[in-house]
Amino acid sequence: MSPRLVTPVNDADHVAGSAHAPITLVEYGDFECPHCGRAHPILQQLQEQMGADLRLVFRHFPVRESHPHAEHAAESAESAANQGEFWAMHDQIFEHQDALEDEDLLDYAAAIGLNRDTVAEDLDAGTFAAKVREDFMDGVRSGVNGTPTFFVNGLRYDGDWEDPSVFEQGLRAVAGRSRGGA
Amino acid sequence: MPDSAASASPKILQPGTEAPDFTLHCTPDQALSLAEYKGKTIILAFYPADFSPVCGDQMSLYNELISEFKDRDARILGISVDGVWCHAAFAKERNIHFPLLSDFEPKGEVARSFGAYRDEEGVCERALFVIDGDGIIRWSYLSPIGENPGADGILEALDSLEAKHA
Repeated sequence: MSPRLVTPVNDADHVAGSAHAPITLVEYGDFECPHCGRAHPILQQLQEQMGADLRLVFRHFPVRESHPHAEHAAESAESAANQGEFWAMHDQIFEHQDALEDEDLLDYAAAIGLNRDTVAEDLDAGTFAAKVREDFMDGVRSGVNGTPTFFVNGLRYDGDWEDPSVFEQGLRAVAGRSRGGA
Repeated sequence: MPDSAASASPKILQPGTEAPDFTLHCTPDQALSLAEYKGKTIILAFYPADFSPVCGDQMSLYNELISEFKDRDARILGISVDGVWCHAAFAKERNIHFPLLSDFEPKGEVARSFGAYRDEEGVCERALFVIDGDGIIRWSYLSPIGENPGADGILEALDSLEAKHA
């Protein structure tokens, strides 16, 4: 219903790309969702082809009862972020969606040079559960109803994302309208 | 005489209307009545069918929000024309932790009483109602049948109910 992002991109977000990029794409994603897994290489392709024009933001939207590993996957990515490596962990998880037990998550953290014990402690203590839930509830307030859900410059994007060139055209069209309307 | 205002008027029950009471089965041996929830806020989510992809996502989303609803002293009930055994299988597959009511016999009677029945297809509309503790509808929303309406509208309705009581 609400076509707008309620909470603008801010310092608490995980951001890849320049703050001056004309197009900001926010993804609400679930690390165990197969559609998000499918979107992952497409988004990487999009980053490559759009370069400095694109800023990508990831927010958590774990649907826990359907995807029992999604919550800890999200919390492990937050733990990685706390050690300065959100995106590397994000990539590891999406590239290994078929194995997301806690031990697997710790292996991926170790593989990118993170302290395995710290991530394990964060998962046990639920250190980042509140942060993940905050993303989720912000998403609900913005009308996110499944994953992945995309927002372009604060406006909901329901267009095609399966083809990177069509996706780019769609993003540029929405971004053009949002500028024109401002 | 055709009346454009009447034809454009919403078919589902509107805010300020008393919610029709009902008793429906949620499991083969258990039935629930709206009247049992007097004093609590009720979110009624009519949906077309168990297992159809949009409904699944919609119910899975509400499933994640049970604690937020409880914090506001609200309970959610799903309603479709599916039978109780179908509901049981659906709830098991998706780990649904709130009651799914079966508007099965007479088919769609409760949905009709809320103006939320589709005669052509013989299924419930995708319609949401927030009912206060006195049984009065405070918010309702008819979604396009193929569109998951999310939960932002429900939360806003609960917020405004709370604001009135504060």
